[in-house]
Amino acid sequence: MSKESLFSKKNRKLLSDPLDDNNPITVQVLGICSALAITVQLKPAVVMALSVLVVLSVANVVVSLMRNMIPSRIRIIVFLVVIAALVILVDQVLKAFVYDVSKELSVFVGLIITNCIICGRLEAFAMANPPGKAFLDGLGNSFGYGMILIVVAFFRELLGAGTLYGYPVLESIGLYNLGYENNGMMILPPMALVTVGVLIWWQRSRNEKLIEEN
Amino acid sequence: MNVDSNSYTFGFATIMVVIVAALLSYAAIGLKPFQDRNIELEKQQNILSSVGIKIQRDLAEDAYSKYIKEELVLNFEGEEVGGIAFDIDLSKELKKDHSDQLLPLFVSNIDDSKQYIIPLRGKGLWGPIWGFIALEEDLNTVYGAVFDHKGETPGLGAEINQSFFQEPFVGKTIFNGDNLTSIRVVKGGASESDNYAVDGISGGTITSDGVTDMLLERLNMYLPYITKVKSEIEEKLMVDLDSVSILNDSLTQKEL
Repeated sequence: MSKESLFSKKNRKLLSDPLDDNNPITVQVLGICSALAITVQLKPAVVMALSVLVVLSVANVVVSLMRNMIPSRIRIIVFLVVIAALVILVDQVLKAFVYDVSKELSVFVGLIITNCIICGRLEAFAMANPPGKAFLDGLGNSFGYGMILIVVAFFRELLGAGTLYGYPVLESIGLYNLGYENNGMMILPPMALVTVGVLIWWQRSRNEKLIEEN
Repeated sequence: MNVDSNSYTFGFATIMVVIVAALLSYAAIGLKPFQDRNIELEKQQNILSSVGIKIQRDLAEDAYSKYIKEELVLNFEGEEVGGIAFDIDLSKELKKDHSDQLLPLFVSNIDDSKQYIIPLRGKGLWGPIWGFIALEEDLNTVYGAVFDHKGETPGLGAEINQSFFQEPFVGKTIFNGDNLTSIRVVKGGASESDNYAVDGISGGTITSDGVTDMLLERLNMYLPYITKVKSEIEEKLMVDLDSVSILNDSLTQKEL
């Protein structure tokens, strides 16, 4: 087996690809459900991004380590067991030691387990690659996912509630005195879909690789 | 070894499930004391917060023993029964019959006046909501209120745990004459002069309605106790007045 340095070109691509060319949300269109559900405010979006980061990287490594032992007929069940066990474990530890964070997270535990990105990466990557690479792939994809989440949440919180991370930005610059009003529709789920759509549009107009031939 | 044979598949599944189950139960049992402690401290923190004392979780215990003077357990007729009020789990009590329920009540003492703190629990949109409402010594005026929820929609119903929603409760009253009106959370805004209503949250109507229902239902349960304490206060007032007038009488007699 040839030794490859951790930050070889190929490995760096594992990290950078999901940020743009192969973004899980805007290009693979995975994990849309959670992107719609929890992007009303920045804080839960950040917490969700971090939790997915932990769960996806670890699950990728665990499945990659077991990839030659997993019977192919029940592999999806095995993935689910690994993911669910990790999520519950993380949640229990948070509940015991950082209670406030766990309260933020509790709603999303179910969402992480059903997040299609995780299952998708386990099936597509971890089953066929060694643990080191699987770990990088997990990191890269959760960055790509988290990035979109945070961008969408940024706009929805700013335009919908006039705050950022709970801080009243628009109030502090005095915009309301000029007659500005929050757009309540940004808070509702359909606008998350529209925001993601605008992001996909913007990304495709900019990235030639993503433009289809016909 | 054939990874895809039936016996291997069964064997793999069995072993995996046993390992994962063992791991998770080990973690759950090992971490339980820490988690319970957090929940207990949070409850103390919430109770304190309803009487306007915002404090960090680690300091909650000391402050709690300093300000909370009495913990009572009441039955549906407003009589005191034995038991530890702090340990009563409202989610279990609410499932019981009206007449079997135990009602916890906390009494605090701040600035030489009493506050009665009533724990609340009800239904939101996605799951339970709960909180505490503190009444002033007259058992009518609201001293403070806190609410929290399990999983209401972030940005909408979940905002009930924010101070902009909770602060307007202060100074509202729950009685109109002798009738319990409770406090309604009103869609589209409550008028400033309305003593029995506060503003709801746009887009969070079901959660807001849940708060209204919860307040009415819980306060109603405490009505016998509230009526009893109120009449005691009035009696005491009458006695005081009597003694003052007797004193006056004796003074005038002396002068004579």
